[in-house]
Amino acid sequence: MSSPPSPSPTRWFKTLRRDLHKPRFETVLSELVLVKNEALHAINNLKKWMQPQHVERNLSTTLDACLVVGEPLGVVLIIGTWCSPVHACLVPLVGAIAAGNCAVISPSVCTSHTAKLLQQLIPLYLDNECFHVILASTNDLLEVVELKFDHVFFIGNREEGSKMAQAAARTFTPVTLLLTGKNPCYVDQHCDNAMAAQRIAWARFHNAGQSMVAPDYILCHADIKERLVQALKCCLMQFYGSDPRESRSFGRIVNLEVFNCTRNMLWRSGKVAVGGQVIEAEKYIAPTIMTEVVESDPIMQQEVFGPVLPVLTINSVDEATAFINKQEKPLCVYAYSNNKKVISEVMSKTSSGSFCSNDCVLQSLMVLLPFGGVGASGMGSCHGRYSFDTFSHRKSCLLRSTRFECVTYLRYPPYEDRNPSLMAWASTLSQKSQGWCQIL
Amino acid sequence: MSREQQAVARARKAFETGRSRSLEHRIRQLKNLQRLFTERQKEISDAVKKDLSKSEVGTQLYETLGLEGEINLTIRKLKEWAAPRPAEKNLLILADTAYIKPEPLGVVLIIGAWNYPWAVTIKPLIGAIAAGNAAVVKPSEVCVHTAKVMEDLLPLYIDKELYPVVTGGVPETQELLCQRFDHIFYTGNSTVGKLIMEAAAKHLTPVTLELGGKSPCYIDKNCDISIACRRITWGKYTNCGQTCIAPDYILCEPSIQDQVIEEVRKSIKDFYTDNPKNCADYGRIINQRHFKRIMALMEDSTVAAGGENNESDCYIAPTVLRDVKPEAKVMQEEIFGPLLPILPVSGVDEAIKFINKREKPLALYVFASDDKVIKRMTDETSSGGLLANDCLVHYSVSSLPFGGVGNSGMGCYHGKFSFDQLSHLRGCLIKKLKMEGLNSMRYPPHTPEKLGWARFFILKTVDLGWLGRMALLAILVTVAAVVLQNYFL
Repeated sequence: MSSPPSPSPTRWFKTLRRDLHKPRFETVLSELVLVKNEALHAINNLKKWMQPQHVERNLSTTLDACLVVGEPLGVVLIIGTWCSPVHACLVPLVGAIAAGNCAVISPSVCTSHTAKLLQQLIPLYLDNECFHVILASTNDLLEVVELKFDHVFFIGNREEGSKMAQAAARTFTPVTLLLTGKNPCYVDQHCDNAMAAQRIAWARFHNAGQSMVAPDYILCHADIKERLVQALKCCLMQFYGSDPRESRSFGRIVNLEVFNCTRNMLWRSGKVAVGGQVIEAEKYIAPTIMTEVVESDPIMQQEVFGPVLPVLTINSVDEATAFINKQEKPLCVYAYSNNKKVISEVMSKTSSGSFCSNDCVLQSLMVLLPFGGVGASGMGSCHGRYSFDTFSHRKSCLLRSTRFECVTYLRYPPYEDRNPSLMAWASTLSQKSQGWCQIL
Repeated sequence: MSREQQAVARARKAFETGRSRSLEHRIRQLKNLQRLFTERQKEISDAVKKDLSKSEVGTQLYETLGLEGEINLTIRKLKEWAAPRPAEKNLLILADTAYIKPEPLGVVLIIGAWNYPWAVTIKPLIGAIAAGNAAVVKPSEVCVHTAKVMEDLLPLYIDKELYPVVTGGVPETQELLCQRFDHIFYTGNSTVGKLIMEAAAKHLTPVTLELGGKSPCYIDKNCDISIACRRITWGKYTNCGQTCIAPDYILCEPSIQDQVIEEVRKSIKDFYTDNPKNCADYGRIINQRHFKRIMALMEDSTVAAGGENNESDCYIAPTVLRDVKPEAKVMQEEIFGPLLPILPVSGVDEAIKFINKREKPLALYVFASDDKVIKRMTDETSSGGLLANDCLVHYSVSSLPFGGVGNSGMGCYHGKFSFDQLSHLRGCLIKKLKMEGLNSMRYPPHTPEKLGWARFFILKTVDLGWLGRMALLAILVTVAAVVLQNYFL
């Protein structure tokens, strides 16, 4: 059973600071505590999860035992991502271990220090034969997948996800994919702008915007755009001071590739309303809010992995949901409003991995809600019991006895003329009470 | 635009109108589907007879009765299945609402198989309709007459834009697979299954694959061999062995092999007479290609019963093979025909080892009167499903998920599992723009004090049940105290 991360959190803080300039607070909350939470939840509930589930029987199986038994799949491959390098590997690992599997873990090499730390620490705490850590690039991983696993769990972007899925298909391996995309955030004109801004700003700018579940862009009513941008500006001042570069609570971009990509999107889209400063040597991009962004701008063509938040205006909820539905299904859809009907409308007219109203990100941290994608944002889910189920096979077991053969004789040939009417009668009874043909 | 592209485009457009989502629509469509089976039983049976030489009673028993039961169950339970499912909460979201909302996926592709053409094509369709999707139905082209009947009849009963039937062979299926779907449901063999999975992966389309494999059947020497063999005979030779969950081969101790052969022979005679060729209840091999394939499998094994065949009629008698070796041809692939090989093993240990050396099968059968033997089989092997002391019937229990593992498939269905398989279970957290004080601990600038509070709220697990019970106890004690004070003191 997995134990919580190293007793010396300082090592984690230093490592994540080197990779992502992650503030200590975020390392604790969004990485270490979440993994600990998952592990504790699994430990407390494992006995219950492992119990065979007895299911409803029909008339013909009343004397039998009908149960669903959870079994390990075998050897699973877990491929993490760089934006939450510890959490992305260890949360699924908790599920894999809980379900009784062995696992090969591949933390992202983009956060190389964290990957190396995981490679050093995991063998000290977990069975060395059952659990291995490998460091491999995405291309190498495509070859690794073809070595044949019983399940592949992948977190990453869509392009890589599709390649992983195709590699897994070649060896008939089931997959769980959590894929990044553009998470829309609708802000209604009837809502507390200041509070909404605070929650959105926290969600967007923590980890310097490098999060799979952060709101990627805002769709707000034209009437409230100015107020919302102003409120966001105030929040940024509150959170990071007048110069976020000096703030210990603000991170940096993971590497030059992502930095350049984000910077280009920033420079070639819309207009900077707040922030916009970039310093290449530090991989620093200031918390930035953009306005006058249109759908064809570069920033709307791919996911944003940086502290840049475009604000687009729409004139109605319908226009917002139509816009969201034109894009691929995202991991998350967010909606802010005081009006329950508006929330309900955004939720029912869109589709996404998960949904949260009047806040962001939290639904993806809950151990008790499934976290996953749909359509282009992936397939399968994890967290808590859902991780256990992802890494298990539910085997149906029907345990009969060889007594009462007199009841089963009706199903054997020869099917004389009397049988159809007898069966029709028997199945009429069954349709009223339970399910299918009783005489089987 | 090709015919296939048009059908998919129309289905997607129809789905986007939203009309497949309402519960009333789903139930209405399911009731219409029900009427199809009550009103058109004759046409269905006639087509199946032409395709598979299955008797009318056989078609009802093994195909349509099951579908009618599934439709009834779905109609009855749909409201419950489609309702939001509350999630447990932690301290952080105690004042909020968290639930899992089942939603339609969109357009589903259902590719059927030829062995039970109605059962394996329509059962997933029931789940697709119930979950609020549109579905493109592609029946197997091997069952020519049944595919035609489906193409003609389904549009008369259910929405023809939302649930089009597309018939055709390999080129048409390939054309369909170039289109983008939100889920693909395939029943058939693993070679084609792999191709479908690869095509689906390009569009990031999830798949459910109901494949097959060699389902082992272990007979313990301490069991009622006569009844065991009767049930195995029924499971093996129904539909001429062309069932994905038919017991593929038997493992038993050499001391009971002769008895097993004798009992199986007896049961064959009881079911299909001395001359199964002339028995209306005994089917035929689907086509010449499969006939030749199955005949070739027999070549290097000893026939203990049956063996008669007729190529022009695609007839192979119910056949038992004895003392079969693991290297024999008949043990190299799924038989899918009326050959029952018996492999002698020294006991349950060897049987388990033998089974585990091979790919995980779709079904595993164990006949034993000793529960310990059954438990060992359950715990020490893996398979899609396991059935003790009978064959096939776990398929009919809708509360059990039906599906494979490893090479025998992925995903599962039947009953609620069909609904869940073809839905997206979306995690929803509904908060209000209030109680911001609680949130402030997460906002920068970060302080150790805020961190302490955050850890408390996230890590503290609240057993609301325990709290509730404590609260109830407190109330009872208070009431007892009040009663005591007022009435007795």
